Amino acid sequence: RDTTWPYQCFGCFVFKPSAKKKKTLSLADHFIHGCEGAENSEKRFKLCQDLWDQIKTDTEVLQDELNRNILDSLLDFTRKCSSTRQHSDWASQMRASEIPTAALVLGVNVPDHDMTFQSLSDLLQQSVTPYVASVQAKECGALKHLIKRVLERLMGTVVTVDDEEEEEAEQTSAQHHKSVHCSLSTLCDWYNTKTKKSNTGTPGKKRSSPVRDGPQQPPVVIIFKDLEAFNPRVLQDFILICSRYIERLPLMFIFGIATSPSTIQHLLPHSVSSLLCIELFQSLSCTQHLATVIDKLILTKQFPFKLNGKVMQVLISIFLYHDFSVRKFIKGIQLALLEHFHSQPLSVLCCKKKEALLNVMQLDHLDLERIRHLLSFKRYVEKQEPREQVDLLTDDTHLKEVCQKLIKDLHKYHKNYYPILRCLHTLTSSLPRYPLGKQIRELHLICLEKNVWESEDYQSAMKLLKMLAKDELIALLQRCAEILQPAKSKKIKSALVQLEDMLTKFKQLDSNITSPLKHLQKKTDLAQLQKTLLEMNESRRAKKLSPFEVLRNEALEFIDSLVKSHLSPPESQVLNEVCYYTSSATVRRHLNATPRTSIQAALNSPFYYLQNDRLKTEDGTVSNAAPDICIAYATVVSAAEGNDPDSDNFGKVDEVKHARFIRAVSELEFLGFIKSTKQKTDHVARLTWGGC
Amino acid sequence: MNLLNHLCYPNPTHTPTPNLNLNPNLNRSQIRPSSFGTLSFWKIICDTKLHYSYPSIFIYGHRASGKSHVMHVLLKELELPHATVSCVECVSVALLFEQVLLSFFGCDAASLLPRSASLSDFVRIYRQQCSQSPAKQTRYIVMEKAELLRDTDANLLPALLRLQELDNVTIILLSEIVWDKFRPNTGCFEPLLLHFPDYSKGELHTILSQDRHPSYSDEFYSSYINILLGVFYSVCRDLRELRHLAALNFSKFCEPLEEGKETDTHKLWRNIEPHLKKAMQTVYLREVSSVQWEQMQQTEEKENGALRGLSAHTHVELPYYSKFLLIAAYLASYNPARTDKRFFLKHHGKIRKTNFLKKNEKTSNHLLGPKPFPLDRLLAIFYSVVDSRVAPTASIFSQISSLVTLQLLTQVSHDDQLDAPKYKCAVSMDFICAISRTVNFEIVKYLYDFL
Repeated sequence: RDTTWPYQCFGCFVFKPSAKKKKTLSLADHFIHGCEGAENSEKRFKLCQDLWDQIKTDTEVLQDELNRNILDSLLDFTRKCSSTRQHSDWASQMRASEIPTAALVLGVNVPDHDMTFQSLSDLLQQSVTPYVASVQAKECGALKHLIKRVLERLMGTVVTVDDEEEEEAEQTSAQHHKSVHCSLSTLCDWYNTKTKKSNTGTPGKKRSSPVRDGPQQPPVVIIFKDLEAFNPRVLQDFILICSRYIERLPLMFIFGIATSPSTIQHLLPHSVSSLLCIELFQSLSCTQHLATVIDKLILTKQFPFKLNGKVMQVLISIFLYHDFSVRKFIKGIQLALLEHFHSQPLSVLCCKKKEALLNVMQLDHLDLERIRHLLSFKRYVEKQEPREQVDLLTDDTHLKEVCQKLIKDLHKYHKNYYPILRCLHTLTSSLPRYPLGKQIRELHLICLEKNVWESEDYQSAMKLLKMLAKDELIALLQRCAEILQPAKSKKIKSALVQLEDMLTKFKQLDSNITSPLKHLQKKTDLAQLQKTLLEMNESRRAKKLSPFEVLRNEALEFIDSLVKSHLSPPESQVLNEVCYYTSSATVRRHLNATPRTSIQAALNSPFYYLQNDRLKTEDGTVSNAAPDICIAYATVVSAAEGNDPDSDNFGKVDEVKHARFIRAVSELEFLGFIKSTKQKTDHVARLTWGGC
Repeated sequence: MNLLNHLCYPNPTHTPTPNLNLNPNLNRSQIRPSSFGTLSFWKIICDTKLHYSYPSIFIYGHRASGKSHVMHVLLKELELPHATVSCVECVSVALLFEQVLLSFFGCDAASLLPRSASLSDFVRIYRQQCSQSPAKQTRYIVMEKAELLRDTDANLLPALLRLQELDNVTIILLSEIVWDKFRPNTGCFEPLLLHFPDYSKGELHTILSQDRHPSYSDEFYSSYINILLGVFYSVCRDLRELRHLAALNFSKFCEPLEEGKETDTHKLWRNIEPHLKKAMQTVYLREVSSVQWEQMQQTEEKENGALRGLSAHTHVELPYYSKFLLIAAYLASYNPARTDKRFFLKHHGKIRKTNFLKKNEKTSNHLLGPKPFPLDRLLAIFYSVVDSRVAPTASIFSQISSLVTLQLLTQVSHDDQLDAPKYKCAVSMDFICAISRTVNFEIVKYLYDFL
């Protein structure tokens, strides 16, 4: 079994498996099937699933927190709008014909929006109005479909549109519901009966009971999830119709906008947009969102599972370069998690400390051999005394004990790593030109790759730190102290004590500092100034440091020592393979697929995919025995553009050969490598990029 | 005749019930003497209770010139049997038929209509109902936004115009477009044409003054309207917009009055004029919503906050490669394909602009608008402008479709065309320049127009 297994799923057969035959495999079965080191696979599956569940709930909570602000202001907006409707002062009366509209700008990461809209409509239903309907552009091609969806979602009944395609759905439901006509007046009547009912006190069976203390006329909220994708005509007509009913029906819109608010003006002419009263709501940018997710999910010792630098890099660059989607980023973590537990038998130790120590004791001989083969462990062994080396390599019980210690060390490393990382980031993130990056993830990536203190950027950052003014430096150190505060590890605690000690010293400086520059303010003549500056220069050359400078250097050396002792890359840690997932190629292949390259590779080296060594050739050309399409592809690649490969090679060929050739050509055309031109018969052009 | 006079000169004691009114803002005062130039015509309508009226009447005039309102009040006051249908609402013709039957014969008749009712179904049921309850007087069908009838089935409009062959019924079409644009090429029964001219300044003044704030005097409000029209009449004659503006700015106008400082109209004018000018740039274009405008008026004293309108928010955050795809699309849309060699080949030699210049291409491509380009060309340009090596991954392709959904690109070819689809770039020069700046790409150097 090699690492290229995804490529072997080559053919695709569209057979619908019959229901009886389909044996439902549980997730666990899928996991265990073909899993590396099958003995403890069930345990690993459980660990993996527990971790994923935790990550999932954590991200959901995070998402809710991030969206809280904007959702709260939206809720306020809807409440305010429905209450002003019931006011009767002159100004509100004059404005009553406008439909209140919230333009919610969410950013281009459209797949992430679903969750936001879901929680928005949930919150609205809980606290403002039971009447909320969300619509998407793809289900509203024409006006009648839009109205139908809105009505269905609000009233919970089947709505007829005079259309053949609905025939089927209508027939099935005809017995149960009396279908209603697809018009807004239907909705209006329905709304009136609903609200009248609840006003007289008969509690509605379905929805009306939970919130009755609110407004007497709860608004009807329609959410357009993806405004840009809507057909402008449909939207315009819908708004026109709605504005005819605004007197009787307290309608309200929420527009989900991915690009910018000016898109409203592109979609709606003035005559329509003047019917709306638009208020703007801007959500958190997706990069901020990602930063929070990384902060809470990656830069924490809470999760034993870690990603190495390359995998992180792949995930982050997919985010920044391709889609801005936080959801996909988390999916990437999920994939890495699954792959790690699936392919690394020792991942059984990737869990909370207590559990890991227990699991060490339960390792069997095979697992211990695996440990002995780990690169980090080999390096560790080499550093030991010869006797110890023998013990480690032969005595299983001894190895278990050592492993327990090593696991503890690994956990300690993580305990110290993150607080110190945050400290270093706090110190360097505001330096000019950001030598160690603006975002903490950049610094994290550097630290994952190599010894950060050896890099040039680190040196220049340290130089810049030395140039900071006193109060700036104190403020930064103060923040570092705050970061170290909650840490529980002994080393960090002692570091905190030292840091606070220095801070008090800095503050004591205030009283007895006298800078030579202070005298300057009085003496204005040039000669004097030159003299003083010269003196200052002199003193600097003589390395007579002021007390502040001494203290500053001391502080920075202290920081430097912290960095050196705690921010070494994880690869240097023994047993890091247990927690760190390293296969960036797998992640990239799964998340950022290159279909065309794969097809090209398959056409170039068929022996690999057909697992037939006879197709292999010495010089890398395609063998005669290869499938027709591979030969045709090779011909196309070598032929000049627009050249018909048919013409010279095959003058008189038998019909079967000709048919095979034609088939290969049409297959290539289907795959998007060539297309027929209209210049002459049987003339094709090569395509470089293919179709979408 | 008495009734008409009664309509022309609003009677404050008689107010229509609001739920019968289509729009309470458009009150009766909107009916003005000048629309009764064709008084004889109205007489026809009013007096022909028993005999047949003209089969179809076509009324056209600009937005907010009182068409619907006049018809509505007239039919109401004269208690004529009528059905009012808005064509924008009739997503299917069946809905139209249903509404007509419902208003004339009640819901029993409407429920007789089969699903997906056709015109012949309507005629059948109408005739049936008609024989049961024959018309004692002319029935009227008012169709608002009749211009939308042009997009429906070709036989609908001619049939509606001849509906009188069924019964004593008159159809009244209200439209913002002249009849010439309606006339089907198969010919049809010509309706009686009637034009509603725009309101004059004086009429606008009279109508707007009717919205008087209850706690201020008639003269005071009327002088306010006078000032308002003085500022806005030159740019806007739309009654609805003016009414909107009047409502929004009135509180500001009254401010000095409440502080007890000013009572002189001239001084009030001095106070409000700059404010109204500001409103012209923001509220009038609906850059700023009415609620925001009111909030701004309240906070204005504290901070001279620059409230940004909708069009000020044009910045769009895009993923890195999407930006380059968009840049490539822009270049492909505005550069002739021949010049790609010059811009994107490393050793293109010395090719000057004059070598490319064709006679008919002297016009700037930016004036002509974006041109469609095939996917291949987009990707070729993309790979040469993007600074790193990019694998042609599935997500590059999906970004192109995302850009299409976001309407930054438009797909020119049909959705079904899978190989070599064609696109157009739909963003402005300013937008693309802003995008290029964020990725340090000097787009102007690559544009043929700016060579």
